[in-house]
Amino acid sequence: MTAFVIRRLLQSIIVMLAVSLVAFVVFRYVGDPIESMVGQDMRLADREAMRDRLGLNDPFYVQFATFVGNAVQGNFGISYRLQEPVTRLIMERLPATIELAVASALIALIFGVFFGVYTALKPKSPITATVMTLSLAGVSLPTFLIGIGLIYIFAVELGWLPSFGRGTTVMVGGWRTGLLTESGLRSLILPAITLSLFQLTLIMRLVRAEMLEVLRADYIRFARARGLTDRAINFGHALKNTLVPVITITGLQLGSVIAFAIVTETVFQWPGVGSLFIQSVQVVDVPVMAAYLMFIAFVFVVINLIVDILYYTVDPRLRVGTGKR
Amino acid sequence: MEPVLSVKNLSVQFPTRRGTLTAVDNISFDIAPGEVLGVVGESGAGKSMTGSAIIGLIEPPGRISSGEILLKGERIDNLSTDNLRRYRGKRIGMVFQDPLTSLNPLYTIAEQLVETIRTHMPLSQADARKRAIKLLDDVGIPAADRRIDDYPHQFSGGMRQRVVIALALCADPDLVIADEPTTALDVSVQAQIIDVMKNMCAEYGAAIMLITHDMGVIAETADRVAVMYAGRIAEIGPVRDVILDAKHPYTAGLMGSIPTLATNSDRLTQIPGSMPRLSAIPQGCAFNPRCPHVFDRCRVERPDPIASGTRRVACWLHAPEEQAA
Repeated sequence: MTAFVIRRLLQSIIVMLAVSLVAFVVFRYVGDPIESMVGQDMRLADREAMRDRLGLNDPFYVQFATFVGNAVQGNFGISYRLQEPVTRLIMERLPATIELAVASALIALIFGVFFGVYTALKPKSPITATVMTLSLAGVSLPTFLIGIGLIYIFAVELGWLPSFGRGTTVMVGGWRTGLLTESGLRSLILPAITLSLFQLTLIMRLVRAEMLEVLRADYIRFARARGLTDRAINFGHALKNTLVPVITITGLQLGSVIAFAIVTETVFQWPGVGSLFIQSVQVVDVPVMAAYLMFIAFVFVVINLIVDILYYTVDPRLRVGTGKR
Repeated sequence: MEPVLSVKNLSVQFPTRRGTLTAVDNISFDIAPGEVLGVVGESGAGKSMTGSAIIGLIEPPGRISSGEILLKGERIDNLSTDNLRRYRGKRIGMVFQDPLTSLNPLYTIAEQLVETIRTHMPLSQADARKRAIKLLDDVGIPAADRRIDDYPHQFSGGMRQRVVIALALCADPDLVIADEPTTALDVSVQAQIIDVMKNMCAEYGAAIMLITHDMGVIAETADRVAVMYAGRIAEIGPVRDVILDAKHPYTAGLMGSIPTLATNSDRLTQIPGSMPRLSAIPQGCAFNPRCPHVFDRCRVERPDPIASGTRRVACWLHAPEEQAA
């Protein structure tokens, strides 16, 4: 187990190095940093002096090492647009994105597993037919369309929920949260649903397919022959056996939810990291873009690591070396 | 003595697009307390289907279309789903063919045993565990108190089948239905498993319905044998009588196709043709197209099992009126 975790950690570090190389190339070679920083009336000699001072004339690997060194300490430079440290900008907006992502991941997981199990156990019920048809819409409609549709129905026509922003937020130990106020929670509903819908249908269809597969397995038949209750069979024996692929997909999807919150955040003007990224792209705010790239890669690497460790807790067959055959 | 199990005129049918198929056709037999009844026949003869019908596990759309199943004089074929569940595992235990897939891979042996014991018996967790260890010890698993916390994949096939037998016996059933319990095992292990099963059932006072296509296993184990052909019982009687003096031409053919060391013949006798598909069972006796002794009546009229000495034979050759003629 420990050896496995260490091995996976090393792999993760290699992945992060590769991504930071890409981020660095973007950071350093998309446009001239000096050009971005100084006015037109600066003399060439001064520019050269500045280059030297900032280390831009150093060999490639030295610059890369400096970049990685700074990145490890959470230093990604200063935003061109806002003249503030990039790290602080991202940290300020991170709570908004994480709250949105976690809320929608929870919605997707809870309803996805529930409907997946239901549709697998009752394949002939009319509810199953309805859910399966609706789920097609969930997979195929683009996020922005769903978002705009929800805004139109619930914010414009019915006027029940706000159409943009986070509502009132409060600071709790450096974390700006919208979960503690009514307007914050109300603002969260529409974007969270929008963002969750794709993952929800994906998880639902996956759970359904896996359940149908597992319910045919011999050990389920044997569990029935042992006289266990339906509840114990369906949830204790069948559902647990569907979990390995479900954890994989859910984990990867949580990464995607954070990464692709960009669209939802834009539609709902959600003040998160995604909308920060979109604004930075518009003005070629390279340090922010590079940092965002690193940040998303980091999220994926961490989630993958957690998913791999979760496999171990779910499936005893993977705990090699601990058992004798 | 009242039989443990009494099957009367049982039929199992499957509605399909091309009409209704009769997988088990009007069969009757009894099993006495502590008796081992062997059920032999080719694949598709309805052996397993009879076992599934008794324990109430026929997959829909199949259903028991007529007949009665009595367990110690009590009808069990028309119980509600929930009452049906209560006697499965408790009054009737089941052992399936493949021990590698009969156990849920994600739970330890202890978890699966304790779960089954506590479903059927009012025992505390600790007492159930003690009983589980005793059962494992009885089926011959060495160091049962340590191995009990292992997962199924940490056991070999033969050991897993022992665990399955322990699971089948864990609530002191009256009857154990063993559906091809040794077919998936190494030849060297088969005899051990049969021994374990026979001794265990004797010790725990359970009768056995042993479904197999292996005449050798039947000869060694069973007290009586039922030979099935195309969903019907061709011949049923004490094992010795049936093997040494088969009355039904099909049984005789089966016996003739078993190689023996005593008779040094180069060729084995074989039954020409193959068992008819369920959708194309011939009129009259189902065996008539392959029977060497066929006569006119066999092609028209279907024989019901006729008492003949210690046994019953479904063949016109043994009808009193034909023998008189």
